[in-house]
Amino acid sequence: MTAKTLYDKLWDAHVVRTEEDGTALLYIDRHLVHEVTSPQAFEGLRLTGRKPWRSHSVVAVPDHNVPTRDRDQGIADPVSRTQVETLQQNVRHFGLTFFPMGDIRQGIVHVIGPEQGATLPGMTVVCGDSHTSTHGAFGALSMGIGTSEVEHVLATQCLLQKKMKSMLISVDGQVGPGVTAKDIVLAIIGEIGTAGGTGYAIEFGGDAIRALSMEGRMTVCNMAIEAGARAGMVAVDDTTIDYVKGRPFAPKGAYWHQAVAAWRELHSDPDARFDRVVHIDAASIEPQVTWGTSPEMVLPVSGKVPNPDEVTDEVKANGMRRALEYMGLTAGMPVSDITVDKIFIGSCTNARLEDIRAAAEVVKGRRVAGNVKLAMVVPGSGLVKQQAEAEGLDRIFLDAGFEWREPGCSMCLAMNADRLEPGERCASTSNRNFESRQGLGGRTHLVSPAMAAAAAVTGRFADVRELN
Amino acid sequence: MEKFETLNALVCPLDRSNVDTDAIIPKQYLKSVKRTGFGPNLFDDWRYLDPGEPGMDHSRRRVNPDFVLNQPRYEGARILLARKNFGCGSSREHAVWALSNYGFRVVIAPSFADIFFNNSFKNGLLPLILDEAIVDQLFREAEATPGYRLTVDLQAQTVVTPSGASFPFQVDPFRRHCLLNGLDDIGLTLQHGEDIRAYEARRRTEAPWLF
Ligand code: SF4
Repeated sequence: MTAKTLYDKLWDAHVVRTEEDGTALLYIDRHLVHEVTSPQAFEGLRLTGRKPWRSHSVVAVPDHNVPTRDRDQGIADPVSRTQVETLQQNVRHFGLTFFPMGDIRQGIVHVIGPEQGATLPGMTVVCGDSHTSTHGAFGALSMGIGTSEVEHVLATQCLLQKKMKSMLISVDGQVGPGVTAKDIVLAIIGEIGTAGGTGYAIEFGGDAIRALSMEGRMTVCNMAIEAGARAGMVAVDDTTIDYVKGRPFAPKGAYWHQAVAAWRELHSDPDARFDRVVHIDAASIEPQVTWGTSPEMVLPVSGKVPNPDEVTDEVKANGMRRALEYMGLTAGMPVSDITVDKIFIGSCTNARLEDIRAAAEVVKGRRVAGNVKLAMVVPGSGLVKQQAEAEGLDRIFLDAGFEWREPGCSMCLAMNADRLEPGERCASTSNRNFESRQGLGGRTHLVSPAMAAAAAVTGRFADVRELN
Repeated sequence: MEKFETLNALVCPLDRSNVDTDAIIPKQYLKSVKRTGFGPNLFDDWRYLDPGEPGMDHSRRRVNPDFVLNQPRYEGARILLARKNFGCGSSREHAVWALSNYGFRVVIAPSFADIFFNNSFKNGLLPLILDEAIVDQLFREAEATPGYRLTVDLQAQTVVTPSGASFPFQVDPFRRHCLLNGLDDIGLTLQHGEDIRAYEARRRTEAPWLF
């Protein structure tokens, strides 16, 4: 038998049929649905008189539009409200599993899937959302899809797809103290670029990845899409299995033992061949801060804002000039001198319990700096919030001058009321620093939760390793 | 889905790389529950000088005269020329709907982000990949020549310039077939319903915890 990559194994287990040109019909085990990318798909089903093929495979939740405070007053923005209500009507009409606002299980779709055990190793997982790559942390094949594909999966339980190329990113050795999963993935994107993974399924491996918790692995896989890859994944090990055990949707009894035996196979064989292999030295990774309007525009915290005049590629240099202007930065400026106006700790990248604990550890006994207008923590789900409160973390943040909010996407994309004003600069634990992503004219710097906390208490991008 | 055969149309050059889907259609417009009506908000942040919200009369907003789409010479363009990694970021299909609602049927670039690329075909928008050097040449010609048009022939898989230069392009045979005939994927897949059921029956014995 030829050696297989993890991706090969997941792919082979889900192919229903393959056309001559290589287009496969891939069976989908889990379909996660949120309010923004689904209404047109449900409408399509209704117009054609089709029904969901396996409604049991669907878990739906509102997250993008939900308010993060004063929930008892409902959603103020009528357009947002319509979208959330439309989802509610659709799940009722088609009989789907649903965690509405107010349910303790509600939260960001990529946080609640794993939290509920709705994401399992060996599954194919899709969602009309590019950060579906997150679920690959479980040794699953998970991909973001468009709305037409949402409709296609609802109607047929399958996705039409060609096999991607495979890439192994091996993060060798161990990271130093204060360096987190977020710094690892930002460093990877800095290395291979935002299009580096286009057309590939990426497997993250190496000792530094193995040493991460499931939360950390999710953070890394979450941003595979920022490296251009639709799918990111990590092999199954004890960390994976321990996390899944006992979750509401996880198999029980005899099925559990049968499942675990199968999951143990979910790793690349020792001599499996990848189309591309990238090695990254973990020890060389510092805490990272993005300076521009693309996640690849990233620097170690000890770095200086780069100079476009030193870049020979004209298209690239122009992109950098536009980014510097938009971000209001000058070349040569030390990253640690950049001051911030707002702090956002949240999003499907970094709003899990471990992230909130890491930020709280830095914030504890300190106060939000005077130049920071708003610092907020938005937990990834109702359950994360509950657990954090049980540990007293909310008090740490509130005492320091942070706001402590209800779960949702919030200022990651500013579809609800949480947003940046023009020119405001934000230290954000989210995943995209595109122009106006967090509000028209807003300036986003992507960082880890610990670095965001350090920025909150110092008012600038301080190196978290130097705070004592 | 509208069929695509040949198109001879005006070209609009958008000289930026890594154009993300947040830029193509900003988030406030994603609140719509429809597939249409996104045209006026294509590239909203770049196109207008004042902030936009859904439900506004966009024809009364202040336009940014410097943005290429607003220049009279590109009015009616149906082919968008762009730089590498077009359509990166969010999976929002609204980006494709906005481009096609506006009137674009082809985007030419040296590379596209995967999800955008895929979404395009499902909506009759052709994402067409040409070598960086050729794209460079097309940029120069389009910017230098008012009324610059290209002919895109999907049957022959060529892009032809006004001077008659012809550039071949690759497209996946299945996708090409669907575009040429305006076929709907779901109907095609449901023809294989038996295969899907057979797969499920097998999987149910191999991995019963999934069902
Ligand atoms: S948190 Fe941000 S990136 Fe994640 S699903 Fe929500 S909007 Fe998308």
